[in-house]
Amino acid sequence: MKTFQGKTLSWRIADGVIELTLDHAPCNEIGLAMLADLEQFVAALGTLKDEAHALIIFSARSEGFCAGGDLRELFRLSQEVTGAERLSGLRNFIERIHRVMNALDEAPFTTIAAVNGLTFGGGFELALTCDLIVADKMARFCFPELRLGLIPGFGGIPRLKRDLGNAVVRDLILTGRSINAAKAQSAGIVSQVAAEGDSLRVARETAAQLKKFDQNTALAAKRFIKQIPHEELRREIDIFCELFMRPAVEKGLRKFVESKDALPYLP
Amino acid sequence: MSSLQSTTEEVLRLAAEHFKVPREQLAPDDDFFKKLGINSLQALDLLTRIEHHFKIELPDYELQGVSDFRTLAERIQLRL
Repeated sequence: MKTFQGKTLSWRIADGVIELTLDHAPCNEIGLAMLADLEQFVAALGTLKDEAHALIIFSARSEGFCAGGDLRELFRLSQEVTGAERLSGLRNFIERIHRVMNALDEAPFTTIAAVNGLTFGGGFELALTCDLIVADKMARFCFPELRLGLIPGFGGIPRLKRDLGNAVVRDLILTGRSINAAKAQSAGIVSQVAAEGDSLRVARETAAQLKKFDQNTALAAKRFIKQIPHEELRREIDIFCELFMRPAVEKGLRKFVESKDALPYLP
Repeated sequence: MSSLQSTTEEVLRLAAEHFKVPREQLAPDDDFFKKLGINSLQALDLLTRIEHHFKIELPDYELQGVSDFRTLAERIQLRL
């Protein structure tokens, strides 16, 4: 398959580079629809590897790369069920997300997230699965989950810990503050900062450079450098599900859902 | 070091330029959410531009409850 058009994203291959475009209003929130499309994409990775040496994930939305999990959908679905059914529904969703994130993390070619604007929560976690992050200078990164009484649930903490020193990890998680692209680069999250509106071009130039190398060697290097922290990811799922069942989370989500502001948890 | 007055003027100029509002329509004590008609997402965009312009890091929690240009300039001033 050379092209795919889903409800929330599309992909195409050109010159050995897969371009996966996220395009789901308002800012590529990851809910059931995007999860289903991402599952289709990772199911195709096995065949795509024969034709591709690189993958670029980027957003068609000017608001940003991805604002994270679809909290409105999550709240609505969680209100339809109670107790054990709520917990099993949540765990099933989170397990599916983790399978997608792990598949992207170990994709059999070099992966690049070309991010712009909001790269928050689950969107930040999606970017962290990639081998390289190229950021528009106006991109902003944040893990706001503690403001909702949660921790990141899509693999964020183990992947941050894999890449960064604990001081930065604790700062981002425990303060919930957002940082700009320059700070993210100095912290070691972002590999290149692009001019405003230029992250996709920079990612394409980078992908063209990758084509010069033997793909098997590149893959061996990637597997040596970047291993998936499976044990910590499992623990994250348990903690996330445990926290989600507390009344404070329902209260935080309700406040978020009922607010008319774009980012109710920010100042 | 810049004075509070010059920092405030720079913030007003940045806001006017980015949100395409005539500079003379903005005053230091204006509520920027109301005056510019922006939401928290757009305010975050302004914060990023401010950080780049002044070459500072301004954690968003330090802006909790800040809605006028003068107070915003005061918070920036503390980081210069």
